[in-house]
Amino acid sequence: MRRSGLQTDVLRLYRDCFRAIRAKPKESHPRFKAFVRAQFHPTNLQPRDFTAIEYLLRRGRKQLEAYQNPHVHDVHRQ
Amino acid sequence: MHFSCVARAAKSGLAVLQHVAKVSRRGLVTATTSTKATAADTPAPAAGKAPLNKTISVYRWDPENPTVKPSMQDYTIDLNSCGPMMLDALLKIKNEIDPTLTLRRSCREGICGSCAMNINGVNTLACLCKIERSEGHKDKIYPLPHMYVIKDLVPDMTYFYKQYKSIEPYLQYKNPPSADRENLQTIEDRKKLDGLYECILCACCSTSCPSYWWNQEEYLGPAVLMQAYRWMADSRDQFGPERREKLQNAYSVYRCHTIMNCAKTCPKGLNPGLAIAQIKKDMAVE
Repeated sequence: MRRSGLQTDVLRLYRDCFRAIRAKPKESHPRFKAFVRAQFHPTNLQPRDFTAIEYLLRRGRKQLEAYQNPHVHDVHRQ
Repeated sequence: MHFSCVARAAKSGLAVLQHVAKVSRRGLVTATTSTKATAADTPAPAAGKAPLNKTISVYRWDPENPTVKPSMQDYTIDLNSCGPMMLDALLKIKNEIDPTLTLRRSCREGICGSCAMNINGVNTLACLCKIERSEGHKDKIYPLPHMYVIKDLVPDMTYFYKQYKSIEPYLQYKNPPSADRENLQTIEDRKKLDGLYECILCACCSTSCPSYWWNQEEYLGPAVLMQAYRWMADSRDQFGPERREKLQNAYSVYRCHTIMNCAKTCPKGLNPGLAIAQIKKDMAVE
């Protein structure tokens, strides 16, 4: 399947998020995984909502940068 | 009478807040479709003065509804019951008409650089920009150009601050001065920092620079370069050559084509273009 640039960007971010989890302590992995999956929850976005998808990508990258910090050990959602 | 008026305004403000909280709890966000100013919303004008109504058009974009395109929203306010500066007008709108309007502000006297925005096509601090007292002209307020918008008038400054961090904005020594004495400077050496240290990093100059618009990733931009020069020019800093060496590439400094929008727009009256020229000169003779 041929993917658009935006699709590859989203998939790459998804993989990067899961790769970042590997550096975290083992016992927090399930919580991190649930957190990342929740961030990629289905939306009512259309494939043509480029600006919205780009915005969410930027936000996702910023979030990833935050929890990639080695001082972050765990994540809790309310 | 004055007191009751304030209390009424506060009460109606509270009602609006509660309304917004209720709506957003349901997951519907109303920022772009929310109220338009009406005469009933605004409090009574200052005693003895006819209201001087002015329309201000503000850029609105709500991250909770990313599919809705950014739009301009008009607000009409009475200048006679408002402070003299654009920031006063924006805060009046936020307090009395539309509490969902989002902007950064802090000191309201041009020393923090939080309220940098594009007002009538010029990057400036809202707290230093006077409102023109004529009814006909509509003022337009946008966030800083060519920055990602977080919400309404709030730009994302992360990359700008990262660039600032990259120039190591602190004194560096090869042989540190003794800890028990002050690290002194002659009066002449101190004078070299005038016109550099006053910068408040509001990013008005960087975001007015076309070179920075097109090469934000590589070019450092006037604000950061002026700070780079501020640490090169400091007589106490011993890493001047190393600092210049780091800038020795096609982009960091040399994307400055002396367009000089930076000096024209600086709300503090500084001249980043001159500082960049000094860096180029020092780099050329080294």
